[in-house]
Amino acid sequence: MKKRLRIDPIACDGHGLCAELFPEWIALDDWGYPIIDERPVPSALEGHARRAIRECPKLALRLQPARSNIKSST
Amino acid sequence: MRNAAPETVARLLAGVRADSSAVGLAEHLALYGPLETGRRDLIATVTASGLCGRGGGAFPTGDKLAAVAAERGRPVVVVNATEGEPASKKDRALVRLVPHLVLDGAAAAADAVGAREVVVALARSAHAERSAITAALRERRDRLRWRVAAVPDGFVVGEETALLNALAGRPAKPTLKPPYPFEKGLGGEPTLVQNAETLAHLALVGRYGATWFRSLGTAAEPGTALVSLSGAVARPGVYEVELGTRTSDLVAQAGGATEAVSAFLVGGYFGGWTRDASHPLTAKAGLGAGVVVAFPASACGVRESARIARYLAGESAGQCGPCVHGLEALAGGLEQIAHGQAHDHRDRLARWTQQVTARGACRHPDGAARFVSSALDVFSDELTLHLRKGRCSGTDRAVLPARGVT
Repeated sequence: MKKRLRIDPIACDGHGLCAELFPEWIALDDWGYPIIDERPVPSALEGHARRAIRECPKLALRLQPARSNIKSST
Repeated sequence: MRNAAPETVARLLAGVRADSSAVGLAEHLALYGPLETGRRDLIATVTASGLCGRGGGAFPTGDKLAAVAAERGRPVVVVNATEGEPASKKDRALVRLVPHLVLDGAAAAADAVGAREVVVALARSAHAERSAITAALRERRDRLRWRVAAVPDGFVVGEETALLNALAGRPAKPTLKPPYPFEKGLGGEPTLVQNAETLAHLALVGRYGATWFRSLGTAAEPGTALVSLSGAVARPGVYEVELGTRTSDLVAQAGGATEAVSAFLVGGYFGGWTRDASHPLTAKAGLGAGVVVAFPASACGVRESARIARYLAGESAGQCGPCVHGLEALAGGLEQIAHGQAHDHRDRLARWTQQVTARGACRHPDGAARFVSSALDVFSDELTLHLRKGRCSGTDRAVLPARGVT
């Protein structure tokens, strides 16, 4: 099943551990906050994703199964 | 007997009184006729009408109703009349002038999704609107529990999760979606959050049907919309236009420009600048919550854009790093150019607008980025003048309203 690496931007504090642990997928913006590749994580890299999730001090990362959402705005 | 449907563009504003007092229930029913309750096909009719949200999100209203109706629980309807955008006046105008149109729409939506409770949300400062709604509710006999709630003033309070948090007594800040309000909102129940103007349109779709609604507007964007027009026009105010109307036609309707206009701001502070006087007023072309400002050529677009960017930075809920840091950086960067203090770092500003987009819990940074991007584009020549000479020909004159920013 395809999964995407998702961040909770409210929980994230910009520690940056995730980018160190998973540089193939996560870069840091000009202020030290993670920019995460939005594609589904290839299974060969899933171990790195799980390690980043585990090590995040704010538990701000998760793997989310790809599903179609009804999105409403305002 | 059913009243004849409005035939002109004046649909929501057809009954507005010359003295601007609220239209009472009897007068409202004499004009529009009754809205039958208990219509099982209302959601299908709204879907067929193509009505989309008028609060800026432009989400198909029928889909939203259907999503809430499909959930298990005790649904709630929230009327979003908070109107946190400083340059927007249309939702409060509707609530003050034709409250029963908004309340009809809320009652019909409640019936359609199976809700027994409706909350009308207003900003704390909206005293006249609160009086009008309270008086209107006293006239009604819907089988519903109505609540009028005051929430803090502020730009992000109108975001649906921020609004629901405020209504629940929590800080008025957005929370991460999913879960979406349609599945888990007020009190954990399926919640329909709908802009006041959207509900007013719904009240008429419920009376006159989808084909009538589609008789104005475009095929892709049917119906009419309210626009808050301000700036260098003879008669600023709230206008009802067919979707697809050109900005120039709206300006003509408002008595024409009072001085030379160098640009238009379409869509308010989450919208964008344009030089195109024939810019179409549609959601696709950035109409947003219906704010149009005719910007006078004598004013300085660079300084104004810096002021609004600073306002937007100050209105961040402060929860997400890219928004907090990014909007501050964008505002600071524009201010430096406006005051002639910078070397040319426009590339950096452009990069920052991309970096903040889709990186927050809500769309506040996206809107701010869109606004700044459009300023960098449309006022490119003026920016260059500021960088070379410290100023352009425009004077430092506050045209756009922004609470707390001088």
